[in-house]
Amino acid sequence: MEAVRGLNLEIHAGECFGLLGPNGAGKTTTIEILEGLLEPTSGQVTILERNWKAHSRELREWLGISLQETRLSEKLTVRETVELFASFYRQARPTNQILDQLQLTEKADSWVGKLSGGQRQRLAVATALVANPKILFLDEPTTGLDPQSRRQLWEIIREFQRRAGTVLLTTHYMDEAERLCDRLAIIDHGEVIAEGTPADLINRLGGHHVVEFSVDSALDEVSLESWRGLPGVESVRSDDGLVSLNVREPHRTIPALLDEVAQQGSEIIHLTTRQASLEDVFVRLTGRHLRED
Amino acid sequence: MSLAQQIPPSTTPYVNLAFNSRWSGFSYLLQVRMKELQREPEVIFWVFGFPVLLALGLGIAFRNKPVNTTSIAIVSSPGAGEALARIQRSPQKASIRAEILDREAAGQGFRLGKYDLVLESDGPGFRYRYDPSRQESVLARAEVDGALQTAAGRRDPLPTSSVVSSEPGSRYIDFLIPGLLGMNLMNAAMWGIGFALVDMRQRKLLKRFVATPMRRGDFLMALMASRIVLMLIEVTLMLSFGALVFHMRILGSLLTIVLIGAIGAIGFGGIGLLTASRAQKIESVSGLINLVMMPMWIFSGVFFSYERFPAMLHPFIKALPLTALNDALRATILEGASLSAQSGRLLILVLWGGLSFVLALRWFRWT
Repeated sequence: MEAVRGLNLEIHAGECFGLLGPNGAGKTTTIEILEGLLEPTSGQVTILERNWKAHSRELREWLGISLQETRLSEKLTVRETVELFASFYRQARPTNQILDQLQLTEKADSWVGKLSGGQRQRLAVATALVANPKILFLDEPTTGLDPQSRRQLWEIIREFQRRAGTVLLTTHYMDEAERLCDRLAIIDHGEVIAEGTPADLINRLGGHHVVEFSVDSALDEVSLESWRGLPGVESVRSDDGLVSLNVREPHRTIPALLDEVAQQGSEIIHLTTRQASLEDVFVRLTGRHLRED
Repeated sequence: MSLAQQIPPSTTPYVNLAFNSRWSGFSYLLQVRMKELQREPEVIFWVFGFPVLLALGLGIAFRNKPVNTTSIAIVSSPGAGEALARIQRSPQKASIRAEILDREAAGQGFRLGKYDLVLESDGPGFRYRYDPSRQESVLARAEVDGALQTAAGRRDPLPTSSVVSSEPGSRYIDFLIPGLLGMNLMNAAMWGIGFALVDMRQRKLLKRFVATPMRRGDFLMALMASRIVLMLIEVTLMLSFGALVFHMRILGSLLTIVLIGAIGAIGFGGIGLLTASRAQKIESVSGLINLVMMPMWIFSGVFFSYERFPAMLHPFIKALPLTALNDALRATILEGASLSAQSGRLLILVLWGGLSFVLALRWFRWT
């Protein structure tokens, strides 16, 4: 089975790089190959001019890794867990400092089994930060967390970056990718389908703005075609009766759209405009939504 | 794919990084393993409580009957009282417990094993009903017959005498305790290593560990070391229990017993590691562990001597690791045999453990 193919990524020191894609796109396979946990059938991984074959011990000292869905031992306390992971490295930070940074001080003596989802996830990241790594790998760090826990983790990741750390994370939340990542690669079916900064991807592929509307008459190819011809429209798609237009200048498109609808003898029953997002980029590239559960 | 291709950066250093020693990983892994076991009440019960309870139960069941007492039923009839009186006058009176019952109750009690023999008047004499396939029944017939004949005035032409010999060392409980200890060392090693490893693999904790600079050898050594620590507690517990509750006499040196225990624990640890080398789910490893242990529960002389199996099977039975461990423990504990006298058995254990360990390392999956 080939989960990923022909991936060529270059990640720069000090940046936060995101792998964005739906579940099953090959994000975890990609990150685990980079982490040296899976061996690629072909290709090379170079990290800070080292490779897994020759320098694995050295690389392990430099990387902080948080896997997707590791279940840490439930009957150990938070402090014991952090100390255990710290003991594997040549040099480690003081436990209290890590607990403090991850806001786990209060829970230091609680069993891991008693932690909330957000606390567990922070502990997983804590185990990745015990030795002051140069690069942090996070596989779906915020999946399943409440908004507050997600923001706490984002803050921790940003703080790591401020200390000149490099971050590679996977996510299927486009807002997370948009806010956190300096650059990202969108992955689908094991291939990179777009790469760049979030703003650049949106500008290049999403249009600047999205006009969404629905009309009281049935949609057909002819009407879709007529909207595609409106001034400033870059692309059109319809989704369950809702039509989305990617446009550069809404103030030019909207009056023309209203005229066109009136001419067709229909009436608009709903119309909104918003900034384009990475979701629009993904839909434009694949015809699917990121999260189709 | 390449990461951070520019000049290798270093994150702003934290001032107070502490250096870890070479063995810090090992020592933390061992500590954590012991803490986890301590916090798992079920583990404490199955490793320590259960074998002791088993020994207690079996010890009581097989010693409950006061030695040499024969229970018989006398079917009520005109001659029954006379028979009872004769038995109670005989020299064997201390070892025969007789009751007069109606025919039906006597038959019922005999079938259930409550009575070893049924005695019935038959004209001027008596008739014995007994089961030749039951040792106690055969014994009861001889005993009661002797009692009745002596009471009736029989004179034995040859003078004989008997000396009682039921000292600790030759009883069933003495046989049982080393066997239970061996079985327990096997169970605990197979579950404590095999099950624990697959559980960690299923939880992706093994994968998380190998994503750190943890030394894999240290991880396995810590698991083995935790087995040694538990083995010490198990040996101490079982032997003290046998000595205190059943007045068992331990003839061999404690050091020899502990060394045999350690070789057993490590040997079965290797087999446990092999069993766990590839399984992804705890359900599948549970089945495998039981499959490996089942023949040894039966053949290796835990509850009864393997001498009961046909002689042609003995070479195979003796090649099983648990047989080697049980035989070595029995010889040392009950007969005071030295360590060097056990070298053949210990070699069997070492071979099983060593080969398993080598294969396990070749096949082991960390992810």
